[in-house]
Amino acid sequence: MSWLSNFVRPRIQALVRKRETPENLWLTCDECSQMIFHRDLVANQHVCPHCDHHMRIGPHERFSALFDANSFQRIELPSVVVDPLKFKDEKRYVDRLKENRQQTGEDEAVSVAHGTIDEMPTVIACQNFAFMGGSMGLATGEAMLSAAQLAILQEASLISISATGGARMQEGILSLMQMPRTTIAVTQVREAGLPYISVLTDPTTGGVTASFAMLGDVTIAEPRALIGFAGPRVIENTIRQTLPSGFQRSEYLLDHGMVDMVVPRKELRETLIRLLGMLRRPHSTSSISTIDSTQEGSSS
Amino acid sequence: MDSFLDFEKDISDLNGKIKELRHLVSSGDTNVAEELVRLEASAAQLLRQTYDKLTPWQKAQVARHPERPHFSDYARVLLSEFTPLAGDRTYAEDAAILGGLGRFEGRTVVAIGHEKGEGTEGRVDHNFGMAHPEGYRKAVRLFELADRFGIPVLTFIDTPGAYPGVEAEERGQAEAIARAIETCLGIDVPVISIIIGEGGSGGAIALGVADRILMLGYAIYSVISPEGCASILWRSSERSRDAAEMLRMTSQDMLELGIIDEAVEEPIGGAHRFPEETIELVGRSIGRHLLELEGEGRSSDRRVKRRQKFIDMGTSL
Repeated sequence: MSWLSNFVRPRIQALVRKRETPENLWLTCDECSQMIFHRDLVANQHVCPHCDHHMRIGPHERFSALFDANSFQRIELPSVVVDPLKFKDEKRYVDRLKENRQQTGEDEAVSVAHGTIDEMPTVIACQNFAFMGGSMGLATGEAMLSAAQLAILQEASLISISATGGARMQEGILSLMQMPRTTIAVTQVREAGLPYISVLTDPTTGGVTASFAMLGDVTIAEPRALIGFAGPRVIENTIRQTLPSGFQRSEYLLDHGMVDMVVPRKELRETLIRLLGMLRRPHSTSSISTIDSTQEGSSS
Repeated sequence: MDSFLDFEKDISDLNGKIKELRHLVSSGDTNVAEELVRLEASAAQLLRQTYDKLTPWQKAQVARHPERPHFSDYARVLLSEFTPLAGDRTYAEDAAILGGLGRFEGRTVVAIGHEKGEGTEGRVDHNFGMAHPEGYRKAVRLFELADRFGIPVLTFIDTPGAYPGVEAEERGQAEAIARAIETCLGIDVPVISIIIGEGGSGGAIALGVADRILMLGYAIYSVISPEGCASILWRSSERSRDAAEMLRMTSQDMLELGIIDEAVEEPIGGAHRFPEETIELVGRSIGRHLLELEGEGRSSDRRVKRRQKFIDMGTSL
């Protein structure tokens, strides 16, 4: 990839064939504003090849990237009461739901699938920030409870991938009650002796952080994800000071002891395989030969 | 009762007149006695009329009234031998959540509550009832203590919410709240929660996972403050009134949505006018629920039932 093909050509193409080129062939990175060819972006799991910015992705991309090839299946989630408060601001909540369903092609802000990861049975519950900011309402509670039940039934591990602004205001107090409900879900998995790994992605804030997302046996964060309870703007307005640099980013949380590790997206599947393998197969016989075959420790 | 809310202006005016007349009567002017009786009757009637039809926004004002009894008042009146226990054993003592051992109607209880503080200095000392992570971690320590000794837990909820500050985030506010919820879901002793003022979001639910959830009549319970909701939805806090209606945050709403087990009605005029009476009503209600829970027997079933209570919430609306 040369400077010419990376930068100049897309610019020229954009000028010359603006109309004919489908706009989704080339994308601009939100972070570094460089152009990225869409196939490169997909191959790179939606991480900018120029600046390593981890873009927000949905359940479809996550499931395909993490499960073994063709191993996973989505589950249908129980239906919940629609619009219990009859909530309406500038739009009716039911209309907002309808729009988000059309835009994302998903039913709700969280999807659950089961399959295998390196042949280990695994259930993944994945939030979708594109669907109403990944907000947690009754549907998310129900999804987490279903995911937990399925994991226990299949003796599978549970992985949650969070991407959310927090509770869904439009469901009022019922959204707050999803904090204990999702906590019950992950507690059940823990009590069944099965691993629960929480993957925090950009952004993970509010009631989700303060419930299941922070209760993993192991907690992994994607690079530079915004993770916190209160949003940065709320904090800035309260303390009336500029926030420290890197505040509420994954690396900052790692420094403050709040997550186990920061793992780039392209290493996530391998990391999960290693962790789940050690938690699920504590007596592997392959470990001895693995040590032998590496150079580590031999030249110290 | 010195501070009046803006919708109480007429009541305040009448009370002013009554005060003047009382002064005249006490100085020997008997002609005004009749007028005084009449005014007092109409003041009582006005109070009833006003409080009979409080809007959700007005209830939020009542729930936040500075003279409303706070956790310390409940602890002082309802508990004997109350012995506060301090610190989270990790970082600090947090005065926004107080807790300790005491005796309630003879039996030992662990009582934990948000404390908003009295007066300007007191409010600052208690950070207006907005806890840092240490407050929730102290609560976790006390939940576990109660569980080890088989002691019932009473929690008193009264907070605008968790404190949105840099240090609170650095020290893991979210994890601390999550851990408090998790702990409450795992203990085997009876837990009763009562929302006595403001039940603000994550800071409230951290103390709100219980076998019985009670709420004072004019208290509010919400996932977000009406001001916060209005500023997000309409980008203006002017619409707080609308947000308060839309969010359904009153005790009546909580009953209808199946969130609470009982709304403890306050005397007409609110807890800030009648603190002693309100505290007594709360004590009676807690006593009744505690007896019922203690009569239920096996403790391992209690945790299962408590979880089921939350699993069922919102599923049959």
